[in-house]
Amino acid sequence: MIIAEQKPLKEVADFIKDCNKVLVAGCGGCVTVCLSGGEKETEILASALRIKRRIEGKPLETVTYTATRQCDPEFIEAMESVVRDVDAVISLACGVGPQYLAERYQDKPVYPALNTKFAGGSRTHGVWEEYCGLCGDCILHRTGGICPVIRCPKSILNGPCGGSQNGKCEIGQEVDCVWQLIHDRLKRLGRLDLLKEIAPLKDWSKSRDGGPRRMTREDVMI
Amino acid sequence: MKAFEPQIIAFCCLNCAYSAADLAGSLRLQYAPNVRIVEMPCTGAIDHRVLLQAFEEGADGVFVAGCLEGDCHYLQGNTRAEKRVKALQKILDETGLGGERLEMFNLSTAMGARFAQIANEMTERIRLLGPSPLKSKPKGGGPG
Repeated sequence: MIIAEQKPLKEVADFIKDCNKVLVAGCGGCVTVCLSGGEKETEILASALRIKRRIEGKPLETVTYTATRQCDPEFIEAMESVVRDVDAVISLACGVGPQYLAERYQDKPVYPALNTKFAGGSRTHGVWEEYCGLCGDCILHRTGGICPVIRCPKSILNGPCGGSQNGKCEIGQEVDCVWQLIHDRLKRLGRLDLLKEIAPLKDWSKSRDGGPRRMTREDVMI
Repeated sequence: MKAFEPQIIAFCCLNCAYSAADLAGSLRLQYAPNVRIVEMPCTGAIDHRVLLQAFEEGADGVFVAGCLEGDCHYLQGNTRAEKRVKALQKILDETGLGGERLEMFNLSTAMGARFAQIANEMTERIRLLGPSPLKSKPKGGGPG
């Protein structure tokens, strides 16, 4: 999932300092799961903004709405009745949501309440880690299902580097050397032979090269 | 001008603080009448939004009272509540309301006198802080 975290309250409050009524829009997708922009977080942010503004003597009216997803036009479309009457929209989606809202509601200012961090998963309650670099050319079949592109700080494809000590990375004792993990996993699988294959230079043209990426599938188009 | 009397909402766990308040009453202990008690099945059930709502609806102070550490009937409800209270104190600081208007306490069923003490302590704390700044300010509209 996409992992995001809330911006400081003051930053969000500053975005809407001239507004009297705002829509605080949550997203039922990834940010609900990573507890940063779901229904609950949306209501907490709305309440905090109302309290702050009341204390400042400029009361704020809020409307909250949590879309099933903010990255699908149909759910953005469904928000029209709640968007219509507000001065601005605060989106608690990842970076995709505010852009979909801005595109659909051209005359309405849209502000982000979250900083989108990375693609990853939860390790335990309240801890999320990066697992995927969205590089566009997955090599997990060669690395025992462990990604060196994003989990190795140097993105080394034929590791480890000289900074690997006692299974930890040189950047910090809390960071596992991913090439140690890959080695241990392949050993357990009896596939250490995979490490003897030298990985070629990575083709980054499938990553961020060439601007925003687009995927099309003719067979599901209607 | 009428003297300020704080309005304090106490979210009390059924298994400890609520019974302690009951005991304080049975013991005929005197304590500040400013505290309004809301019974909870466990403080672990407390929600950030409920605490914020108490402030928005006019509470000058709020406290959450759960079991002693290690004594939660649901094992970790009280420690989870404490984490939520801390997170909310930070949010209240950011809003300008002040995190010191919210507090977490731990006590057992047998601690009737401690409940009375907490009620008095919290009342005095809020009395010194003064009325909630939200009280004199109009609402902008209902919660969404």
